[in-house]
Amino acid sequence: MSAPLVKLTKKDFVSDQEVRWCPGCADFAILAGVQKLMPELGISREKTVFISGIGCASRFPYYMNTYGFHGIHGRAPAIATGLKMANPDLTVWVVTGDGDGLSIGGNHLIHALRRNVDLKILLFDNRIYGLTKGQASPTSELGKKTKSSPFGTVDRPFNPLTLALGAGATFVARTTANDMPHMSSVLKRAAAHKGAAFVEIWQNCVVFNDGAFDEWSEKDVRDERLLKLEHGKPLVYGKTKDKGLRIGGGFTLEMGAADGAVVHDESRDNLSLALALAALEPPWPQVMGVLRAVDLPTVDQLAREQEREAEKSRGPATLQALLQSGDTWDVTAGAGDA
Amino acid sequence: MTVSAAPRPHVDLQNAVVRFAGDSGDGMQLTGTEFTREAALYGNDLATFPDYPAEIRAPAGTTAGVSGYQIQFAAHEVYSAGDQPDTLVAMNPAALKVHLPDLKRGGLLILNEATFKQSDLDRAGWKTNPLTDGTLENYQVIKVDFEHLVGKAVEGTGVSAKDASRCKNFYALGLVFWIYSRDIEREEQAIRERFKKSPPLAEANVRAFKAGYNYGETIEALDAPYSIQPARLKPGKYRNVTGNSALALGLIAAAQKAGLRMFYGSYPITPASDILHELSKYRRFQLTTFQAEDEIAAISAAIGASFAGALGVTGSSGPGIALKMEAMGLALMTELPLVIINVQRGGPSTGLPTKTEQSDLFQAVYGRNGECPIPVLAARSPADCFETAYEACRIAIDCRTPVILLSDGSLANGSEPWLLPDVNSLPKIDPDFATDPAGFMPYKRDDKLARPWAIPGTPGLEHRIGGLEKDALTGNISYDAQNHEKMVRTRAEKVRRIADRLEPTEPFFDPEGDVLVIGWGGTYGSITQAVIEARQTGLRVGHVHLRHVFPLPNDLTDIAARYRNVLVPELNMGQLRFHLRGQLGLESVGLNKIQGKPFHVAEVRSAIESLARRKHLPAEQEIA
Ligand SMILES: Cc1ncc(C[n+]2csc(CCOP(=O)(O)OP(=O)(O)O)c2C)c(N)n1
Ligand code: SF4
Ligand SMILES: [Mg+2]
Repeated sequence: MSAPLVKLTKKDFVSDQEVRWCPGCADFAILAGVQKLMPELGISREKTVFISGIGCASRFPYYMNTYGFHGIHGRAPAIATGLKMANPDLTVWVVTGDGDGLSIGGNHLIHALRRNVDLKILLFDNRIYGLTKGQASPTSELGKKTKSSPFGTVDRPFNPLTLALGAGATFVARTTANDMPHMSSVLKRAAAHKGAAFVEIWQNCVVFNDGAFDEWSEKDVRDERLLKLEHGKPLVYGKTKDKGLRIGGGFTLEMGAADGAVVHDESRDNLSLALALAALEPPWPQVMGVLRAVDLPTVDQLAREQEREAEKSRGPATLQALLQSGDTWDVTAGAGDA
Repeated sequence: MTVSAAPRPHVDLQNAVVRFAGDSGDGMQLTGTEFTREAALYGNDLATFPDYPAEIRAPAGTTAGVSGYQIQFAAHEVYSAGDQPDTLVAMNPAALKVHLPDLKRGGLLILNEATFKQSDLDRAGWKTNPLTDGTLENYQVIKVDFEHLVGKAVEGTGVSAKDASRCKNFYALGLVFWIYSRDIEREEQAIRERFKKSPPLAEANVRAFKAGYNYGETIEALDAPYSIQPARLKPGKYRNVTGNSALALGLIAAAQKAGLRMFYGSYPITPASDILHELSKYRRFQLTTFQAEDEIAAISAAIGASFAGALGVTGSSGPGIALKMEAMGLALMTELPLVIINVQRGGPSTGLPTKTEQSDLFQAVYGRNGECPIPVLAARSPADCFETAYEACRIAIDCRTPVILLSDGSLANGSEPWLLPDVNSLPKIDPDFATDPAGFMPYKRDDKLARPWAIPGTPGLEHRIGGLEKDALTGNISYDAQNHEKMVRTRAEKVRRIADRLEPTEPFFDPEGDVLVIGWGGTYGSITQAVIEARQTGLRVGHVHLRHVFPLPNDLTDIAARYRNVLVPELNMGQLRFHLRGQLGLESVGLNKIQGKPFHVAEVRSAIESLARRKHLPAEQEIA
């Protein structure tokens, strides 16, 4: 039994650990956003668990005054899957980085998404390996010069959103750490989603990849270059919301006037439009917000249902009966004497 | 036993070894298991050794595709599946080619005559026809035209020609039933049950089976059939069990006794998959089975489940265990209960997937980065997999530590009668979850040096753990030099103390004398039989079979000192021998075989005998 819910505040979710990110790192903003969100969810601290892999981002659980598990590189989704399946009553958050989640842990990420484990997965995307001091990551743009790629990268990056959609995620969203109100609203939506919720959070690494998102995030350009998705609203952008996206010929999107823009529907079964939006590259606007949110049974739920069915089915009910099931025979004292 | 009803007298034997061999598609594993079940229900003691190829269906009729199943059954206690068959059933020339060298001189050979056409012989690599070239001179040969006789037997049942031909194995089974005077009624029922979804198939197989039995009778295959009386086993309820099912049941038993949910994470791999299959059937025992995307996910999920307060278990074989190593370190650092099962197979790399070997001892004891001591237990027989699994779980929970449990391919698929334990007599397991926030410290230890198991959902115990070095009390990240040394030593001492709580080691057979044989794992049966035989020649031989590979029992060195020589037989290059030398300074002589096969009793016996006789010894004995 958990204690009756007293009204918690942001402070209740701040742990006693000194936060060790570089000054100016966008991780601080995300931490503040999540700590602020927690009391609003009405879930007790003891029922909340943060699980991470390895990387700057993955230090996150130490700073939350909840249960936390700092795992090994890339494996957080797998650890979280076991935790959630063992105790579906818990609210489980996964914090990962672009290297942690998309490189070494890519396999676990896509499988957690396809299984629809009820996890809130936050991918802090700084398009660089922070903790190991500045190597290219799977989201570093083609040609990027880093410590490990002085002549520029030659491998094309992943798009986290199309990857998540392709893996069958039931909730896919993007937000940015430098827009607190937007980030808060997206995180809140993710928290409310029953199933695997994937959120890519643009996160500026001031030390190794400073300004990675300036192209879209700077005050003077962002209205023109970011399209904020709103369920049931047309896909429009621009300072005066004068531009819109509509369906063109051959399954493509077209830029045009706001009039006639497609209405955004997160709950579409068909992935085409979500994928098209997720895949937009400059000069197209980049989408922000919830791309997809559909309700499907979660694996933790299905597994428990199966177990309840199994309990009802016939078969040995006690441990002793189980051991004695199958073909058994008795040996009595003196047996074997001819 | 009433002899009067029998048409002919029986020849009473003490034991027999039968091997069924054929193409992968011939159903030899099934035939062997059926014969085994009947022997078990009849009351014989027995041991089995299935041996099958890695390919599901290698090209038909080739030696690569031969699948075999051996059983030793007896009127006395049996420890191994036997060295040489007394009776060999060879369903095609390839099976004959592979297995004839093992057949006892003068042994009984049952052949499928219809498969000895020139093309069959070519495919199996026979230069001349063994039926006519004198190859079989030294054996009693029963040539049966299975195709023709089975066809006739199933006439009128309405099954297709192809299905009819597939009844061959039951025909062969029937014949062997006659040879060893087995009860055909019970088997008939079993066949009907097996094929109950298709009455015509059931009928066809029953008819083939009975026809095979009658064939033995009619052609008077032997002057008199054999009979082997039930063994005088310890009284109680028995069931025949394979190592993998006993292991699965041991895990369930431990979780149930501890009142815990069990979480089994695994990725399919031979020869461990059957544990996953078996556990998946028992979901009603608060059991989550999780077929993960890979072995790393399997162990990581099990760790997550343990953090949640379940008993996390993961199982694999060598290649998969290699992938799990980093996560084992995480389990060690977070000091959570976790059981890691390695059903060993021939290595390295993909190695010999379906063959047995004991070459992962180093991997288990010494295989991780950092100072990473993990207790290692090894099961010694199929039924012992139950107890060893139970103990592995108990240690994991008591000490909050990952525990490695070593089984191997021969134990996993081999079977033996199992005296079913009384659930009430199994040792208690108490998860002893922390609940009291007063004075709670995530890394405060008890006298076993175990830390509290404080699970999410418990108010007031919120804490964070992970793989970074942690403060000795709070569990918060600590890079302090002294603290690190303290933690490394504490983790080692926690594992070392497990040895202090072990029962004193009692060697089997002679408590002192010429030779002490120290073994571990699946070699138990061959070693035991070898020691029995060596002692019959007047030698004084003791046998210690280690369940605890790490930490080793404290009294092992003293025990070894009571014998003139120590022999360590292993299916590897000498890993336990090296381990004993390193851990205890104990010198021994190795008997090492790396052929993907268990020891023959004779190999171990002659090693014991020559060691007892010789003064100056080579470090390693050669197997011819
Ligand atoms: C098995 C393993 N390989 C490599 C590392 C080294 N390593 C630590 S963090 C990291 C990359 C982290 O990048 P990202 O996930 O993007 O996180 P960020 O630091 O940028 O937040 C690497 C390669 C490790 N800890 N473990
Ligand atoms: S290296 Fe970059 S991502 Fe890591 S803490 Fe510093 S600023 Fe943040
Ligand atoms: Mg990064």
